[in-house]
Amino acid sequence: MRYIEPHAHMVSRTTDDYVAMVTAGCKAVCEPAFWAGFDRSSANGFYDYFCQLTDYEPKRSAKFGLPHYCWLCINPKEAEDIKLADEVIALIPDFLKSDTVLGIGEIGLNKNSRNEMNVLEKHVNLAAENDQLILVHTPHLEDKHKGTKLIVDLIKSDSRIDPGKVLIDHVEEHTVKYVMDAGFWGGLTLYPESKCTSARAIDILENFGSERLWMNSACDWGVSVPLSVPYAAQEMRRRGYDDKTIDRIFYRNPVEFLSQCSNFKLR
Amino acid sequence: MEPKEKQNTVELYFMEARAKLIDIAAFMDRVERDGHTEDFRFKAFKYALKSLESENRVQDVLMSFSDPTDELIPAATIKAACGTWPEESQQ
Repeated sequence: MRYIEPHAHMVSRTTDDYVAMVTAGCKAVCEPAFWAGFDRSSANGFYDYFCQLTDYEPKRSAKFGLPHYCWLCINPKEAEDIKLADEVIALIPDFLKSDTVLGIGEIGLNKNSRNEMNVLEKHVNLAAENDQLILVHTPHLEDKHKGTKLIVDLIKSDSRIDPGKVLIDHVEEHTVKYVMDAGFWGGLTLYPESKCTSARAIDILENFGSERLWMNSACDWGVSVPLSVPYAAQEMRRRGYDDKTIDRIFYRNPVEFLSQCSNFKLR
Repeated sequence: MEPKEKQNTVELYFMEARAKLIDIAAFMDRVERDGHTEDFRFKAFKYALKSLESENRVQDVLMSFSDPTDELIPAATIKAACGTWPEESQQ
């Protein structure tokens, strides 16, 4: 099979993971900027991180024959400090000139606070002013339903943003309809303990449609599985789906969304 | 979306679901044995079990763990989520 890994934090992973992903049929990996597991002490920390995402990691990935793309932002977990957020957002326009940047992400909310929303609005404005795709992180667990509604309502209200150029990630059964009805793309994240299992993700495709949805591993430094996307494809085979349908979900859907950015080119 | 060759979902998933159900029973026995039944998360867990009687089980379970309010909070004082909204679980 062939597939795209549309959301993976490869800076936290080993070269063994690159080998496994390429062996399983991965044709491109996309890495959103995220929380490192600790708060960075200054905007300089983000400058270094953006250099890692736009320069070092694509080179590391290329050693295994895997094209690497990224998204840039200050993540919502570090958005409570507005001054820091402003300094980091000011760094981003220069990095948008890199030929592996896909857009602004993963922006969004974490605990649904006023400052998080303030920083989200600034990111959406940055994307609108620079005609960028948007990748949105929705909150975890008990905060997800409320946060997803707040995010969808905010972006929907900005007439400069084409919903077809926005992907709302980490949707589950109680949020997917709100996202799809608003015209956005949705991402199903396959985690062992939270978010979705393969079986539930396929249920969602069956119940809510498969036209604007993709699956990702969101593998990082926490409990996560870098091969969860091809594992989900195997689960679809077990349910009786043919190769053509599997190819659409795991390859053509993400390619359709990502190809809206001219930097995304499959070799 | 539907598979071309639809499988018997009970055949596919019964053993897995059976194992998870037994794990839930064992978890509840363990919590009771260790005297943690007043923990707000355990109360929310028991409350969520009622959703298994509904017609939209997954959505109702997820919603029973969710923050039902609409307003932004003044400030985020923690980063992590604990899995259930504390106030809801007091019911």
